[in-house]
Amino acid sequence: MGLILAMAGNAVGLGNFLRFPVQAIQNGGGAFIIPYLVCFLLMGIPLLWIEWATGRFGGSKGHHSTPFILDAMDKRKFWKYIGVFGIFTNLAVAAYYCYLESWTLNYVWNAITGTFRGETAESVSNYFNAYVNAGDAHQHWSAWIADNPAPIIFWVVCLVLNTWILSKGLSGGVEKVAKIGMPLLIVFGVFLAIMSISLKSGQHGAVYGGSEGLNFLWTPDFSTIWNPKVWLAAAGQIFFTLSVGMGSIQCYASYVRKKDDIALNAMSAGWMNEFVEVVLGAAIIIPISVGYLGVDKVVEMTRTGGLGLGFRTLPFLFEQWGTTLAVICGVFWFGLLFFAGITSSLAMGTPWMGFMQDEFGWSRSKGAWSFGAIVLILGLPTVLFFNQGVFDEYDYWAGTVSLVVFALGETILFAWIFGMDKGWREINAGGDIQVPIVFKFIIKYVTPTLLLLVFLGALITPEGNDWVGAFQNGWKLDNGSIIKQLLNTGIKDQMQMSREAGDLVTYDALKTKLLYVNGARLLLLAVFFGVAWLVSKAYFKRVKSGKII
Amino acid sequence: MSTQALIMMITTVTVVTCITGYFFYKVLTTPPRSEPDSYEDNDDQPR
Repeated sequence: MGLILAMAGNAVGLGNFLRFPVQAIQNGGGAFIIPYLVCFLLMGIPLLWIEWATGRFGGSKGHHSTPFILDAMDKRKFWKYIGVFGIFTNLAVAAYYCYLESWTLNYVWNAITGTFRGETAESVSNYFNAYVNAGDAHQHWSAWIADNPAPIIFWVVCLVLNTWILSKGLSGGVEKVAKIGMPLLIVFGVFLAIMSISLKSGQHGAVYGGSEGLNFLWTPDFSTIWNPKVWLAAAGQIFFTLSVGMGSIQCYASYVRKKDDIALNAMSAGWMNEFVEVVLGAAIIIPISVGYLGVDKVVEMTRTGGLGLGFRTLPFLFEQWGTTLAVICGVFWFGLLFFAGITSSLAMGTPWMGFMQDEFGWSRSKGAWSFGAIVLILGLPTVLFFNQGVFDEYDYWAGTVSLVVFALGETILFAWIFGMDKGWREINAGGDIQVPIVFKFIIKYVTPTLLLLVFLGALITPEGNDWVGAFQNGWKLDNGSIIKQLLNTGIKDQMQMSREAGDLVTYDALKTKLLYVNGARLLLLAVFFGVAWLVSKAYFKRVKSGKII
Repeated sequence: MSTQALIMMITTVTVVTCITGYFFYKVLTTPPRSEPDSYEDNDDQPR
């Protein structure tokens, strides 16, 4: 039970409450739900089983991190380098995720101190913009820190808290937090959902009823069901929300005993995550935001930034419920989000720690504090240069592309190289439920095909996401495609336009941004190759000691 | 809310809640495993 709560705590994160509603809004409301649920059934659930089975199999061979878990599944030596993704992604995502977490902590503080009391909706929204873009107002980052140290202070507090809990151990730290936090999270989520659904036009300053937002979200639009953009967004959300393709699930599962259940565990954690996301997550931010701001305004706000919607709108809305309720709701809501975030970021520390403990004999404490140090170095640019796009670079390359690449690799390894018959036995071994046989077919054929389509779709996205037009009139890549992102075409186009318009200020700003974007990528590459070097060193250490012949 | 949206929401929420509840119930009612009684059952434990 403790493990399931820990796993659910890992899966239930900021994505459930902040990212899911925004994704739904950005992708046409009701049009999003059907592809999302299909992706959950055909990609999310199979990946959960694959990762749990892979992790438990590796754990039975004494491995607790993805490089050697994957290495144990096939004779070919390159798999351990695919497994590098399972450590790299966690380090890189933790680097920016901790900053996201620190926003919630800051908003708990703001709720207690009454920062938003008597403020207008616009000024509450502007507070968030000023907080994350504080560097804009200063010539140099050192001046910014001296003037407004809050973003740095809250970020460091978050990082130290994460590291300290990790140093206390997997069961001692994560499970205790999950056991206390999960029920609290669900209870308060239900309370907020009821408050938002029952919102009526004219009540507490609301312009529309809560049902307006629900209507927007749940009205199905079957005409867009074949739009690959919506499918890509749905698949991306499934990855983000279930924490699949990261390597942290394998790390948890590697501590599960050989004859213990994983089939039911994976299902319980996965469906609990869906419950929090679809039932609670969908019923909070959208109805409240639409109720006070209207559909058009909410759609417009999500265009300029995804995860910020909850921070921009909810503190103002809480204030409309009276001072006492505003403080209580602010503390509980952002505290709840902080908890949801910290359980996820704690899970990101375990692959690195497991690897260093297994391969280099490090103590848990040394592993945890070294994780904290890496995240500190890697994460500092996301805080200082957020407005230069460093945060978004991390999110795109580590938090999106790497997840799909790793998931595709591990699915092919599991279903086609390790073998589906053997894999099926691994999934069902010790199972408290019998997995429906149809999933044997899905895992072997449907899941890898879908993953490949998602990856190719992102790699060669046609201009304007116009797939039909691309097939008919020739393929021109969109600036959002992986290839064009890699070439920085979007920024370079903007630079050219501003130079042609004689706007040298914008040109210089974009030139600086390009420098930071490339710097962020180099930093990520350095981490990836650093981990690969450690894996290689660990491999030769094993060969030398006779563990591998 | 439109009828279509209402049907879609009620169906999805009911299905997700029921399945989550079912698996949660299964976890709570699954009897704990009996202690391993041989070295073969117990082969992943340190001796």
